[in-house]
Amino acid sequence: MSNTMRGQVAVVGVGETEYYKRGQAPDAEFKLALNAILRACENAGVDPRDVDGFASYSNDRSDPSKLAAALGCKELRFSNMQWGGGGGGGSAAISNAAAAIYSGVADTVVVFRALAQGQFGRFGQGPRTNAIRGDFAYTIPYGLMSPAQMFAMKVVRFMHEHGVEQNALRAISLACYEHAQANPRAVMHGRPLDEQKYDESRWIVEPFHLFDCCLENDGAAAMVLVSAEKAKDFPGKPCYILGAVGGSHYRAGASVHNTPDYATSTFKSLAPRLYEMAQVTAGDVDVLQSYENFTGGVLMSIVEHGFCEPEACNEFFTKDRFLTSGQLPLNTSGGNLAECYMHGLGLNIEAVRQVRGESTSQVDKADVSMVISGPMVTPVSCSIFGSEATV
Amino acid sequence: MSDYYLNPGLAQPMGTELDEPYWSGLRENLLRVQQCQACQGFQWGPEWICHHCHSDDVTFVEVAAEGVIYSYERVWHPVHPALSDQGAYVVVLVELPHAGNIRMVGNLLGDAEADVTIGVGVRGVFEHHEDADPAFTLLQWERV
Ligand SMILES: [Zn+2]
Repeated sequence: MSNTMRGQVAVVGVGETEYYKRGQAPDAEFKLALNAILRACENAGVDPRDVDGFASYSNDRSDPSKLAAALGCKELRFSNMQWGGGGGGGSAAISNAAAAIYSGVADTVVVFRALAQGQFGRFGQGPRTNAIRGDFAYTIPYGLMSPAQMFAMKVVRFMHEHGVEQNALRAISLACYEHAQANPRAVMHGRPLDEQKYDESRWIVEPFHLFDCCLENDGAAAMVLVSAEKAKDFPGKPCYILGAVGGSHYRAGASVHNTPDYATSTFKSLAPRLYEMAQVTAGDVDVLQSYENFTGGVLMSIVEHGFCEPEACNEFFTKDRFLTSGQLPLNTSGGNLAECYMHGLGLNIEAVRQVRGESTSQVDKADVSMVISGPMVTPVSCSIFGSEATV
Repeated sequence: MSDYYLNPGLAQPMGTELDEPYWSGLRENLLRVQQCQACQGFQWGPEWICHHCHSDDVTFVEVAAEGVIYSYERVWHPVHPALSDQGAYVVVLVELPHAGNIRMVGNLLGDAEADVTIGVGVRGVFEHHEDADPAFTLLQWERV
C-alpha cells in the first residue's frame, strides 16, 4: 500500500476531566467536553482558538459549532461524526481527523468524547416504551435489550466453537483491575480484584460476571492532532499515527442477529487493513489497549488481530501475560472496566501516554502502541500509534 | 405468575408496513419469513429489497417453525422493572436450515437453569397475548 497517511499525522496533546461515577459529574456534559479539550490543548501547547476541526463518534451531543463558538475558535473547517453506536468509533474518529489533516482539509483537529449518562439516560438499561416496532420488536419482548444481552449471544457461540473457558475472561478483568490500582485517575483505584472476588461475583448474563462488564461513568476526554511536520513545533514528544481504520465485514449490520459470520468482534476484515497501513504485524505491538464493553469482546478482538489462535485461548489468556512485565501488556490504565468508561477514548489516550512514556503502568519499550475500539458493534475501528523510531 | 414465559410489562411488538405479515401470521400460528420471488433467497430480519439480487419482489412465505439452537444466553440481571422478580431466563438464537439458515430470537421454554446445548433441535410455540391491546403473539421455542 502506497501513499497512505502512515506517520503523516501526530497526536500532540491529550487530556481528560476527572472521571466520575455515573450521575456524579458536577458539570453539564457540554462543559465536561470543553474542559477536556482545554486540558488537551494545554497539554499540547496549542492555543484552543487555533483548533479548526472536531471529530467524535457515537452521536456525541456536543456540537462542534457550539464548541468552536464557546472556545472562540478563529475558524471551523472540519466537523465530523463517525456513524455507529457504542465505542466502535473511537479509533475511527481519529482516522477521520487524521485523514482531514493529511488531505489538507484542516490543520488542528480535536478528537473528543463527552458523556454524562446521569444527565441523559443510561446505556445499561432497557427502554421504557410501551410499544416497539422494527428490529427491536424481535428482541425486546424476549428480554434481550441491554448491550450485555446483545453481545453475550456472540460470545457464547465463540466460546462454544473454540472450547474457551471462563478463566480466559477472568484474566482480562484481573489485568484491568491490577493496572487501575496504579492509576489515580481510575474510578476503581483502591478497589482491587482477585480470583475469588471475581468468581463469587454475580452473573449479569452468562458468561459475563459483574466484573466482565464495563463501568458507567461521566466525564470527557480529548486529544489534539496536527500534521507530523507541525508536531515538531510543539513542546511534547509527538506520537505518530501509523494506522487508523474503521469498518466491518460482509453484512455485519444484518438485523436480528443475522450477520453470516456471527461469533466475531467484527474485526476480521479490518485488522489486516490496519496492519497493512501501519506496516507492522501483531508481533511488533509493544502494548495493547483493547476496548472492554465486556471481556468477551476483548477475547475475540485479540484473536482476530492475530495475537492468538482461537483454539489456544485457554493457554494464552493469563493475567501475567497482560501485565506490564508480560508479553502483551493490556489495558494499562485500567481500561473501561476499571479506569473509566468514556466510550473508549481513554484507551486511545492511554496508548499515546505509553508512546510518550507517561503511563502509570509504563512498559519499558512502547514504540508500537495499539488500540482496538468497541468490539462486536458495527462499524468498529482500531488504531496504531508509534514513536519517532517507527517513522 | 402469568401463562407467559416472561413476566408481563415489557414493550409489546407492533407491526410496520415492512413486517406486518410476520406479526399477523403469528396470530394464526403461522411462521412467515421473507423470501425473494426473483432468486428464492431468504433473509431475516425483513428488508425492503433482496440483499442477494436487489429485487424488490420480496414477500413473506410460510415456513415450518422448527430449527436448531445456534447460540443462547442465560440472563440473571434484570434491566427492566417488569423482570425484577423474573429470576433467570434463557434467550435462544435459533437457526432455520430449511429457510436459508436465517436466525430468529426467542425464549427457550422450560427450566431456565437447565443446560442448553448448541446444535439441538427446537420447535416453535406460539405464545398468544390475548389480554394485550392490541393482542399479539410471540414465537417461543421448546426442545424437540
Ligand atoms: Zn433475490
